[in-house]
Amino acid sequence: MEILTWTYILVGLSFALYIGIAIYTRASSTKEFYTAGGGVSPLANGMATAADWMSAASFISMAGIIAFSGYDGSVYLMGWTGGYVLLALLLAPYLRKFGKFTVPDFVGDRYYSNKAKVVAVFCALFISFTYVAGQMRGVGIVFSRYLEVDINTGVIIGMAIVFFYAVLGGMKGITYTQVAQYCVLIFAFMVPAIFVSMQLTGNVIPQLGLGGTVEGGEYLLDKLDGVLGDLGFEEYTSGRKPIADIFAITLALMVGTAGLPHVIVRFFTVPRVKDARLSAGYALVFIAILYTTAPAVAAFGIYNAIDTVAGKSVDQLPEWISNWQKTNLITVEDKNRDGIVDYTPYSDTNELNIDKDIMVLAAPEIAKLPNWVVGLVAAGGMAAALSTAAGLLLVISTSVSRDLFRTFVPSMTEKTELIIARVSAAGSVMIAGYFGVNPPGFVAEVVAFAFGLAAASFFPVIIMGIFSTRMNKEGAIAGMISGLIATLGYIIFFKFISPELNTADNWWFGISPEGFGSIGMAINFIVCYVVSKATPPPPQNVQDMIQEIRIPRGAGSAHDH
Amino acid sequence: MENQKQRMKDYWRRNIKIVLSLIAVWFIVSFGFGILLVDQLNVFRLGGFKLGFWFAQQGSIFTFVILIFIYVVKMNRLDEEFDVNEK
Repeated sequence: MEILTWTYILVGLSFALYIGIAIYTRASSTKEFYTAGGGVSPLANGMATAADWMSAASFISMAGIIAFSGYDGSVYLMGWTGGYVLLALLLAPYLRKFGKFTVPDFVGDRYYSNKAKVVAVFCALFISFTYVAGQMRGVGIVFSRYLEVDINTGVIIGMAIVFFYAVLGGMKGITYTQVAQYCVLIFAFMVPAIFVSMQLTGNVIPQLGLGGTVEGGEYLLDKLDGVLGDLGFEEYTSGRKPIADIFAITLALMVGTAGLPHVIVRFFTVPRVKDARLSAGYALVFIAILYTTAPAVAAFGIYNAIDTVAGKSVDQLPEWISNWQKTNLITVEDKNRDGIVDYTPYSDTNELNIDKDIMVLAAPEIAKLPNWVVGLVAAGGMAAALSTAAGLLLVISTSVSRDLFRTFVPSMTEKTELIIARVSAAGSVMIAGYFGVNPPGFVAEVVAFAFGLAAASFFPVIIMGIFSTRMNKEGAIAGMISGLIATLGYIIFFKFISPELNTADNWWFGISPEGFGSIGMAINFIVCYVVSKATPPPPQNVQDMIQEIRIPRGAGSAHDH
Repeated sequence: MENQKQRMKDYWRRNIKIVLSLIAVWFIVSFGFGILLVDQLNVFRLGGFKLGFWFAQQGSIFTFVILIFIYVVKMNRLDEEFDVNEK
């Protein structure tokens, strides 16, 4: 069968599955809508968290980014997994014990202030919207690439699907569709990786294959270093960015991960504190399967591309090159007309351009796998994009219905609140879809910074809220605002006001805007400490509450009031 | 009552100790081995990997997973010891 037929069949089946699950698990109360009723098993929550967390970027683009940046790509590998250690050890168990529905809920109660809550809602909405707009665009691109429709049609199909299960099912529907989506995406990622590893290194396990030997008995990574060096590139296994920047970016991504509201909220769905801890462990296992395979896919991909294309005759290129040339993801242009494809680091002599997404998208063809595998990768990419989009939309709708409406109209009935939650979920799907169809130039830029903003705003005040009984509302509000403004200011200055100055010489401490979230976090910590010292301590009942959340017993399920 | 308060203080101190020791390992494998000491460790090898590069792209992630499960086991034991575990 044709690739396109297989794609339609597999993508169609996976969508039918998600919608079926959504109908079966639809939410009937606010508790189910916000936290799936608090009865999700740690294993299921771990899978759902993994799918929630791994976006289209993790699935399709990350391996390619690593392939072209070598060691420097480690910032994503460590940054996007190390955050789960912080989450498991410092946040998840205590927030579970606290037992409300959202991050602003916690900030509002812990800092006994609706002002602090509103600041937190603003941060949550800002982070989630920038992130979801990028996801919707991602959904559109995945659709267009595989189903051969245009990007806007793709965005609209994606909106319809997400609309259906996020609005109908709330957290309950999302949780169980995410479990299914995790299974689809991990299977789709692993199958080609395993086959490529077998062909290239003779090792079935890609993680070991990365350290294995290629034809001729040389180690893959050594050979890659050598080949890239001969072509004038930096060695694959050594760093190019300054150490300070690598450090700062990794820290910002780790802390940002732990501060992302759509990730934190997943830990409200398990029954007990010990389940929250265990669930974070499962989540990281499921994430690590993909994240330790990705560097292998990266090295296999770049090795294969160079081995089969660079220095070869222009009219004897493998078939997958010509297939993907149609999509412009690979371009070969014989600039000096010597009939040979030159691959160099200099744009005036380089004749081979490979888009980063190729490393995953073309892997099945490079490994000469049957057509159904290509369809499977398509279904996997969509599962990754849809699951993340749905998780983010839920945070947005919860922030509106619970953190804003419930706070200021406390007399509202549960039924009304549920309607408002659904309407705001629907509204945010529309807005996200609008940004997907008409991406403002800044969205792609800003998505990467959602982490920095989460690191600079939420993380310090939640940590202080749990580990310090002295931290008060004045400190928390000042800290969140100063961390957010410093980070936002730095990013806006270097990315939008004076992009021409965005070079290492002009950065503070040699830290790029991507890594500045870690400085913003430090500013937040310092400001909230200093301000809280100068202002009165929190009231006794809040101090008692802090003692209470430190002890696991008596968590019960997430309660309403 | 006073006794109970003291017990909870002890529980919290033990909890902090567990967390700090695991966070120290977290920092050492990622920021230490994977970033700050990467060039020094790259002199050594682990099969086909340079050691520093391995920590940065695989070793740190494996360690993270192990750390969380150690935390789960240690905390479950601590909860039981102080009788604050959930039924």
